[in-house]
Amino acid sequence: MVDPHRTAGHQTPAQPDLAGTQPASVQQGGEPAVVGGASSSLRHESAHLHVAGGARYVDDMPLPAGAVHVALGLSSKAHARIKHMGLDAVAAYPGVICVLTAKDIPGHNQISPVGAGDEPLLAEDEVFFCGQPLFAVVAQTRHAARHAAVLAQVEYEDLPAVLTVEQARAQGSALVCRSLEMTRGNAQQALAQAPCKLAGQLVVGGQEHFYLEGQAALAWPGEDGEMRVCSSTQHPTETQHMVAHVLDCPNNLVTVEVRRMGGGFGGKETQANIVACLAALAATHTGRPAKLRLDRDDDMLVTGKRHDFVIDYSVGFDKQGQVLGVDMELAARCGWSADLSGPVTDRAMFHADNAYYYPDVRLRSMPLRTNTQSNTAFRGFGGPQGAAAAERIMEEIAFATGLDPLDVRLRNVYGTTERNVTPYHMTVEDSIAGEVMTQLAEDCDYRKRREQIRAFNRTSPHMRRGIALTPVKFGISFTATHFNQAGALVHVYTDGSVQVNHGGTEMGQGLHTKMVQIAMREFGLPQDRVRITATTTGKVPNTSATAASSGADLNGMAVLAAVRTIKDRLVAFAATHWQVPPEQVRFIAAGVGVGEALVPFATLVNAAYMARVSLSSTGFYKTPKISWDAATGRGRPFYYFAYGAACAEVAVDLLTGENRIERVDILHDAGQSLNPDIDIGQIEGGFVQGAGWLTMEELFWDAAGRLRTHTPSTYKIPACSDRPRIFNVRLLQNAPNREDTIFRSKAVGEPPFVHGLAVLHGISDALASLDEYRTCPRLNAPATPEQILRVAERLRQHGGVKDEQA
Amino acid sequence: MRQHIRFYVGDTLHRLSDLPPDLTLLDWLREQQGRTGTKEGCNEGDCGACTVLVGRLEQGRVVWCAVNACIQLVWMLDGAQLLTVEDLRGANGQLHPVQQAMVDEHGSQCGFCTPGFVMSMVALSTQVDLAALEGTLDEERIINEALAGNLCRCTGYAPIVRAMKKAATYCASNGEPIHARMQEFITRLHHLQDGATVELRSPAGRVTLPASTDALAAAYAQDPAAVLVAGGTDVGLWITKRLRQLPHIIAVRSVQELHQIETRPDGALWIGAAVTYTQAMPFLVSHLPAAADALRRIGSTQVRNAATVCGNIGNGSPIGDGPPIFIAAGAELHLRCAQERRVIPLEAFFLAYGKQDIRPGEFIEGVCIPPQAPGSVCGVYKVSKRFDQDISAVLGAFRLVMAEDGTIQEARLAYGGMAGIPCRAKKAEAALLGQKRTQATLRAAQAAVKEDFTPLSDMRASAWYRTTVAANLLARLFDPDARHAPSGAPTLQNWQELAHG
Repeated sequence: MVDPHRTAGHQTPAQPDLAGTQPASVQQGGEPAVVGGASSSLRHESAHLHVAGGARYVDDMPLPAGAVHVALGLSSKAHARIKHMGLDAVAAYPGVICVLTAKDIPGHNQISPVGAGDEPLLAEDEVFFCGQPLFAVVAQTRHAARHAAVLAQVEYEDLPAVLTVEQARAQGSALVCRSLEMTRGNAQQALAQAPCKLAGQLVVGGQEHFYLEGQAALAWPGEDGEMRVCSSTQHPTETQHMVAHVLDCPNNLVTVEVRRMGGGFGGKETQANIVACLAALAATHTGRPAKLRLDRDDDMLVTGKRHDFVIDYSVGFDKQGQVLGVDMELAARCGWSADLSGPVTDRAMFHADNAYYYPDVRLRSMPLRTNTQSNTAFRGFGGPQGAAAAERIMEEIAFATGLDPLDVRLRNVYGTTERNVTPYHMTVEDSIAGEVMTQLAEDCDYRKRREQIRAFNRTSPHMRRGIALTPVKFGISFTATHFNQAGALVHVYTDGSVQVNHGGTEMGQGLHTKMVQIAMREFGLPQDRVRITATTTGKVPNTSATAASSGADLNGMAVLAAVRTIKDRLVAFAATHWQVPPEQVRFIAAGVGVGEALVPFATLVNAAYMARVSLSSTGFYKTPKISWDAATGRGRPFYYFAYGAACAEVAVDLLTGENRIERVDILHDAGQSLNPDIDIGQIEGGFVQGAGWLTMEELFWDAAGRLRTHTPSTYKIPACSDRPRIFNVRLLQNAPNREDTIFRSKAVGEPPFVHGLAVLHGISDALASLDEYRTCPRLNAPATPEQILRVAERLRQHGGVKDEQA
Repeated sequence: MRQHIRFYVGDTLHRLSDLPPDLTLLDWLREQQGRTGTKEGCNEGDCGACTVLVGRLEQGRVVWCAVNACIQLVWMLDGAQLLTVEDLRGANGQLHPVQQAMVDEHGSQCGFCTPGFVMSMVALSTQVDLAALEGTLDEERIINEALAGNLCRCTGYAPIVRAMKKAATYCASNGEPIHARMQEFITRLHHLQDGATVELRSPAGRVTLPASTDALAAAYAQDPAAVLVAGGTDVGLWITKRLRQLPHIIAVRSVQELHQIETRPDGALWIGAAVTYTQAMPFLVSHLPAAADALRRIGSTQVRNAATVCGNIGNGSPIGDGPPIFIAAGAELHLRCAQERRVIPLEAFFLAYGKQDIRPGEFIEGVCIPPQAPGSVCGVYKVSKRFDQDISAVLGAFRLVMAEDGTIQEARLAYGGMAGIPCRAKKAEAALLGQKRTQATLRAAQAAVKEDFTPLSDMRASAWYRTTVAANLLARLFDPDARHAPSGAPTLQNWQELAHG
């Protein structure tokens, strides 16, 4: 039986249960396990607060007495010299306390997270994009600050603006950071000798994060220059460092805290620094608590988004559809500053193979500087864009050879003992992409449905259907090796209650729930005895961003280390105290087994306290085995890979380009899941977000470089009715991580986002019917109704584009 | 004349007099009442994170409407019962069935959109017995419609929909707690209805809530610079986004006479200026069946609960969905200035972008849609980037009156999104008149419609797309596959019947 709790859609095909979790009552070793402990499903630790309005976000905190409010003045030009900033009317507005500009920054007017020195917090004498913060108004009320901010009279002298990848390339625009090249073998030679070859271009759009909670920070000035900042940040440590840098004080004066965010998706990794630094600046100047919460429009105008890419590819292959050589150039619109564009464009290359072996390969990135928002981290971090190129190549080969795209994909998927080396010379040891695809294809009846769809399309003039099945292989670890470390701090109090702190942040992904579950499982405690607290730099310092899907992997091991340290002390104490061998002390749901006796956890803890045993410990973890050298393009950047496959069936109206996802089946590898229900939630949500990116979500800048889609009325993320009508999501069963991760689980934040590619290719398959499946539609993303209609018109009128011979 | 407003929040009666005209309900709740469970996501009525329930007496019962608090103004609550997410727990602190189902089904991840979803789901629970529709396509449609105005970025909606279905089963077995308190709410709201005109004054400006059309006419004639506000779904954004000051607002929805909606003896449908889309929906769907699908996609449930049909006309937008539908149906607009009334064809109201045929102090009393001639061939098609809650790139509303001999006797082809105003495609109409409904006629009309318009390119669509789609939509009117009427032409809207598992 398929548990309806973990599958969606009302028409579940009959098949074996792949969603299984191990029974909650038993775990390894045959000990009765704690209900809800790690490796079983537990509801989100804040769910009861979420639904009742009791979960507090930054803007919900009761304001300290005397708090002031901040609003921003933004550049209206894409690139210009500031001739004069007229702020008299702003300052004169009733309720305004002061207006802060770059000159008012006591420390460094610089918040580049990678030390590029190209990102002033407030503009100095030049603006580099439309929406760049110029000044901060500090007022008694948010209403006054917002009304005052729009009264500025700024005189500009226009400078030439570079807005798009095309313009940047044409004008030889500078790069925001070094280009990376990965080579293995001789791609040029392989292409020259291949029996078949083709070249093309994929354009794939950007994406606004649209976290429901906008960027916000509340800063309290303390004594002697101390500053406490509550920030909606995924990276409290970096926010702490940036605030200290801007205020010119040592890090130890700044404490950054975050209980939870209303969504992050990468958009609050570096972008939260802007808001936190400006709130802290206002607090410093006024000596009063200061809050800055961006209005949605300002949030979308100021902060960076997912990078859009233009990817040129050449591929050589044989008539059986096997890739022989690949040459690819990945050009990205990075925006006005470097931000994280270096590692983002690197990761696009790390995933430009998706799940496929390229025998001879050359990949190059081109991180282009433009006069637009500084593009930044977003779930997948460039990886989905790279994977999109790999899938386009598979699709091209399928059309060129007449094979089913699924067969081309299966032919090229990584092997385990051969054909298993990536373009960055890492050996793939754990490839299961082929098995996952094959299993999913059988489970969802891909081949039969594909035939049915083709038959349907032959007789339907305007409505066409399409189907596609795509894999994902996603590398897990920060590619900057030093970020792969984490800390935790666990306290056991004398009543036996436990407090867990760690360096990761909760943005909805269920990280805190999983951390609680780890402590529950180890101590044998129920949920109400384990409390997670807000993440704060005061408790766990020098942390990495909660990013790269690494939150549970890194922090889980750190929590486990801290818990086991305390357990070891308790075991040693109990063994001595009750005169039993240490191996006879066991932490189980009923209490602590000490020999034949059962001691309540609180009793043991209290006895240990009386015997002066420390009941608090830090924990630390660093990921083993990994290394990466960007200079040589070689290494093992990833500890392991997470896999999965998705099959999407879509319907397209050829009169309008409107489209809809009819059915989606996903089989995903979360290893031995820490929490199957939460992981299913990540997969469902990641898929819909990925499908949104590739279909309806379109960022639109006008010719002057003004972002015109800066509200939810103009920028459309998927709504309820856009979810697949039939949506079957399953976890791969009996697939523990081969690497020694936390309870053999796998990271699950980013990989499912890539499943959205099945939708793009499903639409493409529907469009291909217009030309009897002879021509690769070369459908770019986002596949908006307009984009679809354009491709449809092209296929109708010209029978498709001619393949350019490489 | 009353100089304060009165309304309930939860079980507390509030009496407010010194109230800035532009104070939004959301700011009041969060900043002055400490009710921070209601979230601000977008401040323009698009994301639904601020959804609250407003209960009002309608025909002796309390009708609960989910609305966006960010674009409700506090004075609009006069005489109403407000419930926010903090009001849902039962007397013993137990969660509402919707809240419990959301917990059980992992319906929240980051939790920020959750209170808004919960309120929309509770509203639906008070209105429909979903459990009786279990497993039907109607159940899916009703849920999609109820939640179209709530955005979630984390879950992909699937667990929220599962929670809605589970909540329905909880309610079916144990009852819906708010509905169970109906009599109590009726009684307390009765006490607030006094039929008085209200005038609120504050240093920031004043609000007039006239009790009668005459009082509205007099107040507006006296101060034509005042801003008329009905549902506020447009004016709300003047306040929250354009930061406009509104020193004098005159309310429309306080006038009971303007709430009239009725089918007149001649078969015409009258919709008064205060009637919301939600209130008008059953009448409109029965009067203009071909428009049903498009009407359900206007705004969202929260927007349709606040927005009026006549406000959708009065704001003169070139991309409002109502006007082309009503123009195609031959609607007439009833205008009044002081004691003077006039009636004009709806299409004549729209003069140019941002310019309507309306004089200072003049206001819309209502719109009248004539009966549709028997044998009319109608089709209404909304095309937007996103299916639900999106502004149309193009909306085509078509009505052909066929003669006995099968020729087209009258053609009204109205479009939104194709020009600075909603307007008819005169050349395309001419190409149809006197012709039979053949593919050749279609091609002639499609060529002509491309001559009719020079649309804009913007973030919603290019001129090429708009023009191409405007022509392609005519094909649906002529679709030989349409089983009975053009509204039966296969579109993604009715596609669900064809989908397979």
